[in-house]
Amino acid sequence: MSYKIWMSVVKEFLLLKRDLGGLIILFIMPLVLVITVTLIQDSTFKTISDNKIEILLVDYDKGSVSKTVFDNLEKSNLFTVVTQLDHKPITEEMAKEAVYKGKFQLAIIIPQNLSIDLQTKIDQNVENIVSKMGLTETDTAAQPKATKVIKEKEVKLYFDPAVQMSFKNAVMSSIDKMISQIETKSIYTTFQSQLGEGDVAFEQKSFITFKEIIPTINNKEIRPNSVQHNVPAWTLFAIFFIVIPLSINIVKEKSQGTFVRLLTNPVSNVVVIIGKTITYSIICMIQFYMMVAVAIFLFPHIGLPSLNIEGHLFLMSVVALFSGFAAIGFGILLGTVASTQEQSAPFGATSVIILAAVGGVWVPVFAMPKIMQIVAKSSPMNWGLEAFYDVLLRNVSFLEIIPKISLLFLFFIITTSIALFYDKKKRTV
Amino acid sequence: MQSIIKIESLSKKYKNADQYSLNNVSLEINAGEIFGLLGPNGAGKTTLISMLCGLIKPTSGHFTIDDLNYTNDALKIKKIIGVVPQEYALYPTLTARENLHYFGSMYGLKSNDLKEKVIEALNLLGLLKFADKRIDTFSGGMKRRINLIAGILHNPKVLFLDEPTVGVDVQSKNAIIDYLKALNQNGTTIIYTSHHLAEAEDFCTNIAILDRGKIFAQGTPSNLIDSTKEARNLEEVFISLTGKDFRDEL
Repeated sequence: MSYKIWMSVVKEFLLLKRDLGGLIILFIMPLVLVITVTLIQDSTFKTISDNKIEILLVDYDKGSVSKTVFDNLEKSNLFTVVTQLDHKPITEEMAKEAVYKGKFQLAIIIPQNLSIDLQTKIDQNVENIVSKMGLTETDTAAQPKATKVIKEKEVKLYFDPAVQMSFKNAVMSSIDKMISQIETKSIYTTFQSQLGEGDVAFEQKSFITFKEIIPTINNKEIRPNSVQHNVPAWTLFAIFFIVIPLSINIVKEKSQGTFVRLLTNPVSNVVVIIGKTITYSIICMIQFYMMVAVAIFLFPHIGLPSLNIEGHLFLMSVVALFSGFAAIGFGILLGTVASTQEQSAPFGATSVIILAAVGGVWVPVFAMPKIMQIVAKSSPMNWGLEAFYDVLLRNVSFLEIIPKISLLFLFFIITTSIALFYDKKKRTV
Repeated sequence: MQSIIKIESLSKKYKNADQYSLNNVSLEINAGEIFGLLGPNGAGKTTLISMLCGLIKPTSGHFTIDDLNYTNDALKIKKIIGVVPQEYALYPTLTARENLHYFGSMYGLKSNDLKEKVIEALNLLGLLKFADKRIDTFSGGMKRRINLIAGILHNPKVLFLDEPTVGVDVQSKNAIIDYLKALNQNGTTIIYTSHHLAEAEDFCTNIAILDRGKIFAQGTPSNLIDSTKEARNLEEVFISLTGKDFRDEL
């Protein structure tokens, strides 16, 4: 039996070696995919952190608030502030048109008299508070001033309709924070002046700050970057793409008649499946190591961070192997059920993309609607991805990934069993 | 002579089919025979061979091959039979040698023994110099010969051939027939289907003519010709028994 399995493996490798298209799908496309997607994802990440986005600022205020907004935006390292177009000051209409045509992603319109009105409003409020607390020198003699009614002010934001919601939310939250800080600072300053110079020195620095605690290994911080997130996800995606050549391989065996010949040979179908499983598992592992090697050695040369797998390679290999089993099981089932390559190839490709989408390769599962989160938990791609993240980012031990790799193996057993059962049933004509 | 294949009341009705493809067929094939299964399209030849090769199950009736049956001894039967299907059941991108090594190994042949048998068979069928060429570069006749070798590497006791000479040149056909005759002389029982009646007349020691799932006549070619009025050859026997109507079916 072992010789039959060995010869099956040799045959599968020879078939793959002679199939240029299949080899491209198996080895070149995953590399292109992982490099392209990581570059794109990394640049999206940099859009928020490193790359500066040009934004339009229309300043009708010409006061301290607009100056502070301008300074803060410039200092934020997120934006380059544009206040003139074609050497002319920008109006709201010009800004609106430029943004809606997609020339800029954002325009901020600061209304007229914002600084003066904000200060007046704060003065009124502070005076009121101070007088109610009986802290003014002439509190008993003074007549209440006539309060000027100040209308609420609106800072307008125009967004390019094509920008993503996540970007929009990030920018809005950042501007909101900036305005709040300006307001707070003005309130403090007004209080300080109302209470008399030198009486009370308000500490204007934020009392509460945030600190992200980053997991460490051997006192070294494991700081996830786009590569740490993308390489496991897209490696898994590529591993699952093995479904296409494997299902085509099985469909071809049926159409060429070699499958029927094998049925008349003294060899069990299980031997044939073991032969395919060994071959395609080796392919999966080669794919995995190639992608890891690219992420470690090539990425730094193309401006991406290097993949840090220090101490994780063995467990990552285990996850890759079991993910490969799941993909192979699915490929065997698809190849058995499909009658033609025209059925298996598009169905294989589409179903892998669906499994990836459902499994959280593109959008994290926690960001999905509740129903999709439940569906995601039943996707083998999700089990594989979570196991990869557990190993690479959460630094877990082998014992902790056993449930996920067991699910992947169970998926392989179930799909191949269904394939064997279906084939047997189909032949009972 | 001892029977190697015993078929008793064998019937097959495919799912959703209106009629039986094989209807209550009983037959005995003796060891060492070259047995021809002849009949028009849809007669039930391929159904009968498929059942004997273990590819499909009968609806009723039973059969034995060398006193073994598929229910209990499927693996044992598969070890003693060889099958040469009508289509080229080969991997087109593998070489002749690679194909034969693979299929030979599936019959349990190993390393040196397998290598020697492959070389011997390739040599006998005039293909040794093409051993390391890919099958997809071969002509129809060459593919047929490789297809044949893939089914006989393990020296089967019983060999099933479904149209082994269809679509090949005269030289290839002669080579195949001569090779099969040599195999038969070495003790292999051959069960063969063909539409080449002249070839069957010359090649077979015994013949059964099937039509509409039933055996219409059985005997040696000369007996069949003698027993049919005004028939001078097997083709005239065949026409006399099965008629001149087309048997096209969808």
